Amino acid sequence: MTATLSPQLNDTTAIGRVAALVVDHAVKRFNVADKRRPVMAIDDVSMRLERGEIYGILGSNGSGKSTLIRLICGLLTLDAGRVEIFGHDLVREELTVKRLINRVSVDAAFFKKLSPLENLSFAARLYGLEAGPARSATLEILARLGISARRADRPIEQMSRGMQQKVAIARALLTSPSLLLLDEPTTGLDPRSKLDVQAFIEELRVEHGATIVLTTHDLAEADRLCDRISILNDGRKVVESTPIGLKLLVAERYDQPATLEAAFMTYTGRSLDDDHEETEETDEPN
Amino acid sequence: MTVLSHEMKTSFAFIERNFYLTRRYWGWELAFLVYSVAGALSISLIGAQAGDPRLLLSLMIGAIFWNYLSVVFSWIAETIAVERWEGTLEYTMMAPIRRSTQLLGSTAYAIVYGLVHTAVILVVLILFFPQLDLARANPLTAVAFVLLGSFSFVGIGMIAAILPLLYVERGAQMTFVLQSCLLLVSGVYYSISILPPWMQVLSHISPATYVLDGVRAGLIEGVPITELGGDIWPLLVMGATLIPLGVWAFGRAERYAKRTGKLKRVG
Repeated sequence: MTATLSPQLNDTTAIGRVAALVVDHAVKRFNVADKRRPVMAIDDVSMRLERGEIYGILGSNGSGKSTLIRLICGLLTLDAGRVEIFGHDLVREELTVKRLINRVSVDAAFFKKLSPLENLSFAARLYGLEAGPARSATLEILARLGISARRADRPIEQMSRGMQQKVAIARALLTSPSLLLLDEPTTGLDPRSKLDVQAFIEELRVEHGATIVLTTHDLAEADRLCDRISILNDGRKVVESTPIGLKLLVAERYDQPATLEAAFMTYTGRSLDDDHEETEETDEPN
Repeated sequence: MTVLSHEMKTSFAFIERNFYLTRRYWGWELAFLVYSVAGALSISLIGAQAGDPRLLLSLMIGAIFWNYLSVVFSWIAETIAVERWEGTLEYTMMAPIRRSTQLLGSTAYAIVYGLVHTAVILVVLILFFPQLDLARANPLTAVAFVLLGSFSFVGIGMIAAILPLLYVERGAQMTFVLQSCLLLVSGVYYSISILPPWMQVLSHISPATYVLDGVRAGLIEGVPITELGGDIWPLLVMGATLIPLGVWAFGRAERYAKRTGKLKRVG
């Protein structure tokens, strides 16, 4: 049973305008070789995001966060349910949907021998941008993220992990996505880089009106950035509310401290220490 | 027309990216060129040792054009393997492009790269064997057959690209199995008439057989392309069949990979 303090809106036009994202009863199973029954990675998950919202998804490793992100951006197919982005069905209008979204994942995946400019030029062309304006925009975004034009011409392999992640964010922003999917974008970054990225996410919403889905293990980050948060556990959405709403919920209903940590532990049934002991996300079979 | 020009423009992304990769890995490219030249020379020297100019030219043509076809084939098949290795495959698959656009860009670069690579080897071999008599050669026939054969190899390359998409660890290496089977049955270094009858049947469904027939006829006998219709129409049919088949098969494989979560794997 999902605990919810905000209205459950699953129709695209439930409040009279097109939602940025509608996930409607999404189901995804994986067959794992040594198990007879399929593993339920996403189990009847629904959510609705309004334009300009930052929506956080929390959960333990293997809870289904990354799988949900992959389903939303079409890298996995749904077994049941549907996904709509700005009123466009993900399956029927795949190319239209792809133009509206972009994603930053925990690993900054690039052609490491190529420079940020070369990598981003490739991304820009894939999204139909002209080379000249794309180059100017790339340099501008990189500069905003603290990467000079001189560094932008050197191979990415010579950059630190934090710098690479900033380039990954720049790649996503270059295509001006209406919906940005951030899958643990600050994991593994030093505190300064983390703050830089968080400030940039806030700026994105304020200045560009982007709608953002953010998965993170950093509860302080979720508290700072997110308008609403849902917690996934074993592929199911177990609660959804505002950060303050979640804190009040665990305090009032479960007599726990009014913190996101308490909410996380209550709804995932495990401690944060347990979670950190796991070294890698295992929500999809390899 | 607008859609077509948009697709052509977008496919340039892959041409430009592959050019950047070639430029950044120039040392490896040079090493690969040395390897290819050494291989072609070694095979051609068998003909030189036999003292038979016709055998020398025949082996040389086999070595040079096999190099071209395998370079084109490898570039296309390895497009997915490289993305898998770098971890960028999901980002490319997320982009708002048709898969045919991606494959078009990759194959266009592969053909240009293969032609440049082969031209260098050709020049080195001509300099190495000054005794070669190419007075009767009809280069137009040779070029036409290379280009015609490219279409079929592009189709086979697209089908081969499925292997690294679905088989993460060994998919790229498995493409070499396909290549070596083509090498075996296509009469690259010997006449297909020495093959057992069942292998000769296979040689007739290999586009390389017809390409090499045409190139040898052009360069050794000086036969004009207009007299080689028997080698042209199988290449036209194979090209027209294998490219759509490659796009279709790749699309099916992509859907399977998205259903089973295989796009995620890196390495």
